[in-house]
Amino acid sequence: MPVAASAIYFLNLRGDVLINRLYRDDVGGNMVDAFRTHIMQTKELGTCPVRQIGGCSFFYMRISNVYIVIVVSSNANVACAFKFVVEAVALFKSYFGGAFDEDAIRNNFVLIYELLDEIMDFGYPQNLSPEILKLYITQEGVRSPFSSKPTDRPVPNATLQVTGAVGWRREGLVYKKNEVFLDIVESVNLLMSSKGSVLRCDVTGKILMKCFLSGMPDLKLGLNDKIGLEKESQLKSRPTKSGKTIELDDVTFHQCVNLTRFNSEKTVSFVPPDGEFELMKYRITEGVNLPFRVLPTIKELGRTRMEVNVKVKSVFGAKMFALGVVIKIPVPKQTAKTSFQVTSGRAKYNASIDCLVWKIRKFPGQTEPTMSAEVELISTMAEKKSWTRPPIQMEFQVPMFTASGLRVRFLKVWEKSGYNTVEWVRYITKAGSYEIRC
Amino acid sequence: MSGHDSKYFSTTKKGEIPELKEELNSQYKDKRKDAVKKVIAAMTVGKDVSSLFTDVVNCMQTENLELKKLVYLYLINYAKSQPDLAILAVNTFVKDSQDPNPLIRALAVRTMGCIRVDKITEYLCDPLQRCLKDDDPYVRKTAAICVAKLYDINAELVEDRGFLESLKDLISDNNPMVVANAVAALAEIQENSSRPIFEITSHTLSKLLTALNECTEWGQVFILDALSRYKAADAREAENIVERVTPRLQHANCAVVLSAVKMILQQMELITSTDVVRNLCKKMAPPLVTLLSAEPEIQYVALRNINLIVQRRPTILAHEIKVFFCKYNDPIYVKMEKLEIMIKLASDRNIDQVLLEFKEYATEVDVDFVRKAVRAIGRCAIKLERAAERCISVLLELIKIKVNYVVQEAIIVIKDIFRRYPNTYESIIATLCESLDTLDEPEAKASMIWIIGEYAERIDNADELLESFLESFPEEPAQVQLQLLTATVKLFLKKPTEGPQQMIQVVLNNATVETDNPDLRDRAYIYWRLLSTDPEAAKDVVLAEKPVISDDSNQLDPSLLDELLANIATLSSVYHKPPEAFVTRVKTATPRTDDDDYPNGSDPGYSDAPSQVVDGGASPQTSSSSPYTATRQQAPPPAAPAPAAPVPDLLGDLIGLDNSAIVPVDEPADSSAPSLPILLPASTGQGLQISAQLTRQDGQIFYSMLFENNSQIPLDGFMIQFNKNTFGLAAAGPLQVPQLQAGTSARTLLPMVLFQNMSAGPPSSILQVAVKNNQQPVWYFNDKIFLHVLFTEDGRMERGSFLETWRSLPDSNEVPKDLPGIVINNAEATLDQLAASNMFFIAKRKNANQDVFYFSAKIPRGVPFLIELTTVIGNPGVKCAIKTPNPDIASLFFEALESLLKA
Repeated sequence: MPVAASAIYFLNLRGDVLINRLYRDDVGGNMVDAFRTHIMQTKELGTCPVRQIGGCSFFYMRISNVYIVIVVSSNANVACAFKFVVEAVALFKSYFGGAFDEDAIRNNFVLIYELLDEIMDFGYPQNLSPEILKLYITQEGVRSPFSSKPTDRPVPNATLQVTGAVGWRREGLVYKKNEVFLDIVESVNLLMSSKGSVLRCDVTGKILMKCFLSGMPDLKLGLNDKIGLEKESQLKSRPTKSGKTIELDDVTFHQCVNLTRFNSEKTVSFVPPDGEFELMKYRITEGVNLPFRVLPTIKELGRTRMEVNVKVKSVFGAKMFALGVVIKIPVPKQTAKTSFQVTSGRAKYNASIDCLVWKIRKFPGQTEPTMSAEVELISTMAEKKSWTRPPIQMEFQVPMFTASGLRVRFLKVWEKSGYNTVEWVRYITKAGSYEIRC
Repeated sequence: MSGHDSKYFSTTKKGEIPELKEELNSQYKDKRKDAVKKVIAAMTVGKDVSSLFTDVVNCMQTENLELKKLVYLYLINYAKSQPDLAILAVNTFVKDSQDPNPLIRALAVRTMGCIRVDKITEYLCDPLQRCLKDDDPYVRKTAAICVAKLYDINAELVEDRGFLESLKDLISDNNPMVVANAVAALAEIQENSSRPIFEITSHTLSKLLTALNECTEWGQVFILDALSRYKAADAREAENIVERVTPRLQHANCAVVLSAVKMILQQMELITSTDVVRNLCKKMAPPLVTLLSAEPEIQYVALRNINLIVQRRPTILAHEIKVFFCKYNDPIYVKMEKLEIMIKLASDRNIDQVLLEFKEYATEVDVDFVRKAVRAIGRCAIKLERAAERCISVLLELIKIKVNYVVQEAIIVIKDIFRRYPNTYESIIATLCESLDTLDEPEAKASMIWIIGEYAERIDNADELLESFLESFPEEPAQVQLQLLTATVKLFLKKPTEGPQQMIQVVLNNATVETDNPDLRDRAYIYWRLLSTDPEAAKDVVLAEKPVISDDSNQLDPSLLDELLANIATLSSVYHKPPEAFVTRVKTATPRTDDDDYPNGSDPGYSDAPSQVVDGGASPQTSSSSPYTATRQQAPPPAAPAPAAPVPDLLGDLIGLDNSAIVPVDEPADSSAPSLPILLPASTGQGLQISAQLTRQDGQIFYSMLFENNSQIPLDGFMIQFNKNTFGLAAAGPLQVPQLQAGTSARTLLPMVLFQNMSAGPPSSILQVAVKNNQQPVWYFNDKIFLHVLFTEDGRMERGSFLETWRSLPDSNEVPKDLPGIVINNAEATLDQLAASNMFFIAKRKNANQDVFYFSAKIPRGVPFLIELTTVIGNPGVKCAIKTPNPDIASLFFEALESLLKA
């Protein structure tokens, strides 16, 4: 049964109900007490996001300082429920201008009630597209027309758009300048062993799009992925142009993309929502270009001293540079004194996270700065257990670089009025979970 | 565009309600709207604003859509507590359902469906009929869901008015969202009915598959879930279906992906071509892996499902084991699930990599995770014969780190490895023995002792090692005692020298005369007799070759696995339990139902649940008198079949837990409801009779009350107050009893809270209650608190902790009591009955002709009761002794026990 929720609660960290909505009456209003006493006030909190208490099941997520709790008593669709929560939060954020927290809920409770009524009916999720909902649910409420004058409707076909096949774009948009911005954002996830061999490495990328286009445009996106190119050359019966092609392990698309067409023709074609949205997500495991290599040597000298040497090598083009590079090297809790030598950036000891933190604001390609540190430890008798070394973690951003090698080959826009469009493409690679064991 | 609604939460000190009342009746629109917002704000924080019902409803006729929505919201919350006043809203609803604005039409129908009041429901039918055929798809999609709502309230009405047919027509609607909602509604109705209502033919199938391309993401989930019940006729049809569903795997919405996977897996069972199957497996892997980059909660759901999928189709993810490697910052619940899947995917090909990972995890911080990682190494050793040696060497490395819990966990798994590969790895025993002194957990100790006993002939100082445990024999947990006993016997049989002979005497003495544990005693007597009659036979028995154990990581039963796979993405797949194991809802039996004509198997979750229907108490025939009983029956909690205790007040349980917490029902008490003791007889109460009793339902304490008005005047404005009492019981909300006309009655379930107004002084079971109404003086009466109402559901203790607690409490905390008048005729029934009141059976032993039973129970704030009952079955007289940290409430306990045993 695809029911996702019988009731939804928004609680603050103390467990007070900020707002709630009962969709079905198979769970009681006081069920949230059970959540409070059996989960929030125990150490169960955070051990498992799906729990059964009595005849009811609870799914919960924490978003900033708010717990969102869904209660059901049937064999509900949990995947649907969690996804609903994620999407609902995105929707609220888009209404509140970005923030979603306790204050935002209190300040907008009327609006939230209204939205909760609209986006779910009897436990079944309905349309959650901010684009469409904003047509008829606004902060101030839409004035209803005098019933005698039906022609006065403020949004003549809002209802058709909610339910329409293009349920994410409204009609009649006009822009003076038609522009599309594409951001290719990649996160590199790496797990490297202390010996320098790659244990796991993948890139999860997303293509974010900002559309300011008039009318109902049809868009088609071409990437340098292998399958798409092969299909294309097959269709046009000419050989693939040389150049790097990449293999996408998996892609998922925003609901605007025609999946059946993607499946048969391997083209990404869609009618975009207006404004900002995430067009697609992809994952790549083969042929990843790691932007950084980290070579640590950590020596424990007796019980009270440690020597840490870390060399970081940037392996992208010399003309490019990375920004906001942070390398966190864990040290034992009983660290007393540290001294550093760095060839670039600044390093210090951060006791609250038990790490040596080395920051390099601008990190050019093809360089290899080093840091060496001496760490003195307080010798404690109590610490019988040997120190278990957590991995070194790294943060960075490399503009104009994609770890996967993905490139946008074209973005075509068709609209019946035949206007010209300006397209902008940016690339950036960030660190996902970039871990090096030591 | 952040709002500033928080101002509505600030309250003026006193007289809030009258002030709001005045504002609601203001002549200025804006003031009225602000007032309604304040009312909603008060409702949100849990204040009772039901007394403003009439005033709020008066604001309903407005052209301001926002205001209208707020009033509707208020109605959804309070209509049930004011059913008579709710009728005032009907006219506006009906009018709104014909408004030229489709948003208002839909809003009216949507809201009416949420108001579960008979009188409103009656008026819902005509507007619903119109809206199902509305020109606007938005109205139709709302009306479709509304049919499911109405079916939940009154199934008969839905069938009589032909709504099911209209709903089926909507499947062919030209708007995809209408189709999707109609499918969702039909699927739900089908789930709750035993008649075939929504059968998917190959025609509907192809229509729905087409609609799939145009629906919203959620609509796709509804359709895929409904279609996953469809059984294809042959392999060709299955292939066709799969082909049309596979594009969904690329959807960004995880629910769509999982529902598509569910459907593909179902159809794959029919597909015979190995090529096609292999191809499908290849296609499903990437989307499943992608789910692991979603939010951790979604990852968890995905991992629980992947666990099932790899049990059925291990090839799908055979090459993807790396994606399940744990990230340092993964939440613990994700790590645990990943580990489980890693074990399942471990193979000779990848085991080296996997072992390196496990070894890494074994040095992390979280103790539970470390233990699981160590155990995982052992499970891989048992699963993969060729890798066993490597696994053992990793375990030995870990033992050398000398982290206590790692060593203990390693020893537990090594014992299993010895069982799996006898006579192969015994050379490591010496290393294990070095860690002997550090063992302090029962399971690890027991495992080590088993190893010593099993290999006594190879361990030179086996007798010394065992002897070191013997000194503490009486204090050891039962698990360790049992192993010590067996190991000593093995040692004696293998080395029948003087030392072991003395040891065996000590052990047998300890295990027979000195112990209260029946298992231990029985085993000791058997050994004793064997050893004394025929030592050779003893050897044959005790030293017999043991069957080789196998890996248990694929532990799910195939038929259960089938059922769980049919439930992918649902709770069932997360709990790894069939739906009926945790869903207490029982399918409606509509009056004209003939259960047999429904083809079996289309819904395995419910096909074998008739016993629940019977246990549910109220017969389905009562449906015409009360719509609530018709649609929901609370099955008894699984742990306590057939509760004979006077607990579940069915009517109350079904509706009483609602958001306004307490809801009266117009009808007089159902005959099947338990009769409540009369506390205020009509003769004292000027015609008002009150019966009441504390009950416990679903872990909540309620005061179940029945008001009967035998006076000549209507009574209203009921309020209740409890005096200070030992447990601080107080009402969790106001008493909500409607106006009682002369000669009518009302039942209510008042939720109670503990520790609110506690009285000082010696504990007492007296509960003083005051009830007043607008027409009569205040009535006072006394009730008795039966302690068992406070027993919590988590009162069950493990044997071990029971014994430990019993020992840890000083003897001064033991209170004995004779209950001469009680006869226990049927031990089984009594145990069930006590379990229904959360008094849990721990163990039983025989003492001469008497039976001794042990129970545990707990009252809130963690006060345990350890209970010993001694009786001769069938003869009067029960001896009871309890141990508890609070012996001063023992007398209350005995009162409760006596009433329970008498019942």
